[in-house]
Amino acid sequence: MVFLAVLDGTVTAFVLALIALGLSLVFGVMRIVNVSHGEFFMLGAVFSWFAYHWTADSVWGFVLALLIAPVIVGFIAVFSERFILRKVDYNPESTIVATIGILYVIQQLTLMGFGPEARPVEAPIYFRISFPWFGYSGYKLLVAVMSGLCLCGVWLLLKRTKLGLYMRATQQDYEIATTFGVPTKKIYASVFALGGGLAALAGVLVVPIRQADHLMGLEPLLLSFIVVIIGGLGSIRGTIIAAFLIGISDGIISVFYEPTLAKMLATLFVVMILIIKPSGLFGENQQ
Amino acid sequence: MMSNKEKGKVDQQSELHITRRSVIGAGAAIAGAGIIGSQLIDPVAKTAYAAGSDEPIRIGFQAHRTGIGALYGRWYERTTNAAAKYINSIGGIAGRPIEIITEDDGTDPKRGADVVEKLATKHKVDFVYGTLFSHVVMGSAPRAGELKIPYFVVSEGYHVASGALNRYVFQPCITDVRSQITAVSNWIFSNLGKNVALIFPDYAFGYDHRDYASAAAAKSGAKITAKIAIPPTASSFTRYFVKIPKNTDVIYHVMVGPGVLTFVREMGEHYGTRHPKLFGFIDSLEGVNINSPGLEFLDGSHFWEAMPRYADGYPTSGSNFYRDTVGVDNTGASKSDSKDVSAYSHMFGCWETLFAIKEAVEQSGYKSKKDYKTLIETFEGFTGFNEGIAHPQGSKVFSGKTHQCYGQQFVSQVKNGKFNVVHRTSIADGMYEPETDYTKKSL
Amino acid sequence: MKRKSLIYSLFLKGGVILFLFLIQFVLPTYHHSSFSKIMILASYAIAYNFLLGYTGLMSLGHAMFFASGMYSAGLSILYLGFTPLEGIIFGTLFSLTMSLIFGLFALRTSGVSFLIVTLMFGQTLYLAILYYNEFTFGQDGFSITNYLGSLVIFGKEHLYSNPTIRYNFALIMLAVYLLITTIIILSPIGRILIAIRENEARTQLLGYNVFSYKLFALTFSGTLAGISGAMHALLFSYIGTTFAEIHHSISPLLWTLLGGAGTVIGPLLGTGVMYYLIDFISGITSNYLLVVGIILVLTIIWFPLGIMGTLRQQWIKWLP
Repeated sequence: MVFLAVLDGTVTAFVLALIALGLSLVFGVMRIVNVSHGEFFMLGAVFSWFAYHWTADSVWGFVLALLIAPVIVGFIAVFSERFILRKVDYNPESTIVATIGILYVIQQLTLMGFGPEARPVEAPIYFRISFPWFGYSGYKLLVAVMSGLCLCGVWLLLKRTKLGLYMRATQQDYEIATTFGVPTKKIYASVFALGGGLAALAGVLVVPIRQADHLMGLEPLLLSFIVVIIGGLGSIRGTIIAAFLIGISDGIISVFYEPTLAKMLATLFVVMILIIKPSGLFGENQQ
Repeated sequence: MMSNKEKGKVDQQSELHITRRSVIGAGAAIAGAGIIGSQLIDPVAKTAYAAGSDEPIRIGFQAHRTGIGALYGRWYERTTNAAAKYINSIGGIAGRPIEIITEDDGTDPKRGADVVEKLATKHKVDFVYGTLFSHVVMGSAPRAGELKIPYFVVSEGYHVASGALNRYVFQPCITDVRSQITAVSNWIFSNLGKNVALIFPDYAFGYDHRDYASAAAAKSGAKITAKIAIPPTASSFTRYFVKIPKNTDVIYHVMVGPGVLTFVREMGEHYGTRHPKLFGFIDSLEGVNINSPGLEFLDGSHFWEAMPRYADGYPTSGSNFYRDTVGVDNTGASKSDSKDVSAYSHMFGCWETLFAIKEAVEQSGYKSKKDYKTLIETFEGFTGFNEGIAHPQGSKVFSGKTHQCYGQQFVSQVKNGKFNVVHRTSIADGMYEPETDYTKKSL
Repeated sequence: MKRKSLIYSLFLKGGVILFLFLIQFVLPTYHHSSFSKIMILASYAIAYNFLLGYTGLMSLGHAMFFASGMYSAGLSILYLGFTPLEGIIFGTLFSLTMSLIFGLFALRTSGVSFLIVTLMFGQTLYLAILYYNEFTFGQDGFSITNYLGSLVIFGKEHLYSNPTIRYNFALIMLAVYLLITTIIILSPIGRILIAIRENEARTQLLGYNVFSYKLFALTFSGTLAGISGAMHALLFSYIGTTFAEIHHSISPLLWTLLGGAGTVIGPLLGTGVMYYLIDFISGITSNYLLVVGIILVLTIIWFPLGIMGTLRQQWIKWLP
């Protein structure tokens, strides 16, 4: 029983890490909170459905979705950044309000284009792993593996490439980075696109496990917030560790306690962390 | 050859005849008759009552056009419009045309109250009708009571019959979950097994299932092996399946919402080929094609249906006429789009309720708001509705005290990619003693 | 300057209240009750604005204060047999305590962290109401119409749902809220709150205990929100989790922003405009949330000061 909880929790944790990472990067570099982040996740899932629908094949649909969904969502992110966020000068409060507006717009446009019902997407491969006590979906394990690969990919991007270098520089100090010739405006756009793209990617991976529907973005958003706060705003390492902490403990607690109670406990846990260390586990001290 | 007027009187008399008996007795009588067949009530209501003014009867339709109820709202709206069109084609209500005014309540209780207000005071409708989701009913019905306007619910919630609402609220043509569960429980225990695990959503609708199924089990000597409440936002269910004990014969599941398909798939992944029997409620799959990927695990399992989705499940002429008129094909999908599966076990409530309103208006001689009292008292005097075009789901027994009806229920099995009816309950199977008496309350 | 401001603004507020008082006699039924609702919700927005517009703290969890006032009043009337007045008092005390305790914890963070903490606490209250549904009736909610009894004024009995009672109670609440907030804003305390909004570090350096002031602001804001929730329960009788959800936290933000954060009349205007806008749009399309989203984005880009804020900036400088 505990084994199942840990297994399920791990899969959740990987996906959560991927989603929260996007939010964390955006905050780390741009110092803003994107309330519509959950909608990017949802769009990934919805585009995945369309890809599956057009190709009428689960494998090609999956591949297509993996390739194009993050790109399309990335474009939407860049568009929002350019025409909305930049116009409010990345003011923290204004971006929150603006991204709430973007949330409503994306959600409702999806409702209009996709419909109110939840639609399933078939997994590209389907096999069942038989443990002595229960069966488990092979695809879920694949999701964990792929998420892990993506996380490594992002890490490589940040630590080993020029783009990553620029991003880290901009995070440290925007003005000095600009003085040094870093194209900070473009970096902002790239980071926002990357954040959205990661969320969309998570959506594509996750949608065969759960259906796509226009309201699915809210829950991941709230969870990402919890993860990012506990891990510490601005710390990538903190985000990932917190994601695992939350994912696995949520899995375990839900097995032994009622899920609603588990969620309440998770929130109160966050409060405790904040009392002890207001900037989160690994957060930098700001403001 | 009887004139329409005489025919109308005869039908009316057969209704009056029913009023003499007790609720239980009437139910047994109707149930015993088997498929009542093509008794088409002639609804051409050219009666002597409401001498025609051309002023339409305005019915305010509180629709879940957006929000979590949007799927149902869509089908409710289609059914309502089809019913109104048909009623107008046969002469309207008491010779007056019916006019439907629709407002969206967003499946939100606070907007529900505002919508009731708007329909009543701005659009000045005669009646308000059409709500499904129970929290919206709870938020809106009190307002209807304050505004003193009759409010007809199409919800299948138990709140009307529980006495929690007011005398203006009726649920005349769709049975409530208590009745549904009571009716099918015995069949489950007798045919599927006596050790039952309950899986339900963690809110009122789920609790009703938990409570009434447990009560039914206690009465029949069956045992509830587990009661698993799943939060509405859950997106992964694997961790709940481990809580089901090994000695369970039947899993009774009532999951609703976007996670249903995941729920079924994960149940399949968890159990593999050796699994307990399954009994579900079609609420889980309203609007969803049974052949959707991931639902393979349901093959061979059983479902409660209020009205069989597939046409061969209950092929009476009234039911076929209704299906055709609302635009649904033999598989339960929209005729114009086979991917658009209907909410067939709920939407009939709209059709039938509009006809019930018609019958009440015509019998009571209602002309305007001053006549609400007479209308309500007439309604409370009804003891049932006969099957036919007006009531295609089946005959109903109506309790004036609880403002709620009882009706037949269906058990279907999933086989060969469709639902096949294997059992039809009698109306008496779902009856329970009234727990309230609205007739004693003031208006 | 302060004197003049106070007098001018009292005139303006007084004028608005007088206008609202008089108009009730000519409003058609539907608009009459819409106005009642708008006034209660505007009171909620005014409470919210006190925190956002004047102290500079943005909360995304204000529904928890509204709901705590609403539920504590409603449940005490239902289970403990409190009279409506006792219910309101209990609701006031409960939301005061809640906002105070919440503030003690939450104000340790600021900015974005504070925002997220308010969001999550709001969620927790929502979940708690669902979890204890046997007691709170969970998502379905409940109505206290039958438990309110009637109000006796000048020897005549009235129901709380009576349109005139509703309208005037809401109006009185609105008037009181406007009065209190105006007085505080124009007082020394208000000046310091505004100073905190403008530059917290400097205010701290000047020797003011910023934490206490923020705590005061949060408690005041939360309590007023809670009282508006209790009033809502009394006048509109339905209590449900829909008032504890995130959208009910986003709403006062939207209304305040549209009307003008940092002005006193702004929230009232914003609430009214938004209410009628949604009403109007629902008649055209079923997708009013889309329009809400667009308005939110456009407002924050081009009218970040909101209607009254822009007015104040361009023409009427003395508006508080």
